Amino acid sequence: MNVGLTLATTGRVLTQVRHDPRTIGLLILVPSLLLGLMAWIFTDTPVFGVVGPALLALFPFIAMFLVTSITMLRERRSGTLERLMTLPLGRVDLLLGYTLAFGALAIVQALVAVGFAVWVCGLTVAGDAWLLVLVALVDALLGTTLGLMASAFARSEFQVVQFLPALVFPQVLLGGIFVPRDRMPDVLNAISDWLPLSHAIEALQTVSTDATGTGTVLRETVIVAAFAVAAIVLGAVTLRRTTP
Amino acid sequence: MMNSAIEAVDLVVHRGRRDVLRTVSATVPAGSVVGLLGPSGSGKTTLMRAVVGVQRITSGTLTVLGLPAGHPRLRSRIGYVSQTPSVYDDLTIRQNLTYFGRIVGAPAADVDRVLDEVDLREEQRALVRDLSGGQQNRVSLAAALLGSPELLVLDEPTVGLDPVLRRDLWDLFRVLASRGTTLLVSSHVMDEAQRCDRILLLRDGALLADVTPAELLESTGTSDADDAFLALVGSAR
Repeated sequence: MNVGLTLATTGRVLTQVRHDPRTIGLLILVPSLLLGLMAWIFTDTPVFGVVGPALLALFPFIAMFLVTSITMLRERRSGTLERLMTLPLGRVDLLLGYTLAFGALAIVQALVAVGFAVWVCGLTVAGDAWLLVLVALVDALLGTTLGLMASAFARSEFQVVQFLPALVFPQVLLGGIFVPRDRMPDVLNAISDWLPLSHAIEALQTVSTDATGTGTVLRETVIVAAFAVAAIVLGAVTLRRTTP
Repeated sequence: MMNSAIEAVDLVVHRGRRDVLRTVSATVPAGSVVGLLGPSGSGKTTLMRAVVGVQRITSGTLTVLGLPAGHPRLRSRIGYVSQTPSVYDDLTIRQNLTYFGRIVGAPAADVDRVLDEVDLREEQRALVRDLSGGQQNRVSLAAALLGSPELLVLDEPTVGLDPVLRRDLWDLFRVLASRGTTLLVSSHVMDEAQRCDRILLLRDGALLADVTPAELLESTGTSDADDAFLALVGSAR
């Protein structure tokens, strides 16, 4: 690992994103627009108070998964990845460079989304609001690292987009948004314990309902972060310098 | 002192069920310009990818700059240009070169040097996606020149270039060779073969000839490289 090369890669990825203002706009604004829509749909019901925090976990995760997997796939298909593999750049430097770049974007996205949810949509937060930002950020990093990994198994943009329903939707369904996890059939409850998004949603729901739940929130967040680290390691293993 | 920059002994590469290279033995002398010629599908790109360490070798040995191909210490000593321009099309020329320069640890002034060498200084602030195909190829070449690697492996670097640019690039290759750089250049254009020190002729994954341009013409009794190529490829059928 080499910090200079990692940061050079982060800078390069952010410069690429900067040349694409429309993507930045979509990344930053779409979560807030959808949160606003949700709050409006559920006006005068308590539903937004329950679903709102979960949405704060979903948007950064899905958005970063898509953006990262497609960016990385383009890197593979354009031949730039092959060039990098002939150069003195470590595989972990490349993956961490990407993670830092999209992590930086995720911070902005999370600040805007949380601010919008709390101040505009009136989401009530019992605990510390900054914990919402922290969980949303870790969640975005998870999306980034899973996206990096997914791109290794996709040959085309079409396939990468299909990974979204395959990898992401089950986590959404089992994450406790539709039915609280402890009321699911035992098998599904057990499976959901092993899905990172369940823990992210749990963390966010704890922040918004329990003023004394900081310990739980941090523990759940660490679990999500552990999944992200595992995805980076797997990503580095699946990223090969040589082709057969 | 190393005499050969690349030495392949009984090199075999299988990709899936296909024998892409079948016991190829060849040497590329240090400080020379060696042309890698052959019909498409003959294994040129696979041989070049093996030299730069991204193609797994099935059997045989491939020694590059005194180390086995793919050795980590080779990564800062070889410049590689693939057939399609492998640079970021959503960055400017200069941003691309600055990034690759940092990766290879080239001095900051190298960016300006290589911009001059491929004659793209005027366009340096343009996004790569707005450039012509030939210009994009030259950006890709410029990235490989950063850090002045000892060995340049160039896969069809002159495709899509007009005759003037092609001549300029071959002049640049000669200058680089005169400074001691070794160049392995693949090409479809037979008149470029005349500008090489030696020619490796591949067909169906086997080495047909390892000759000088003059020997190629003499042995085939032809007067230009196109005819010589047709004669050699034809006689081997």
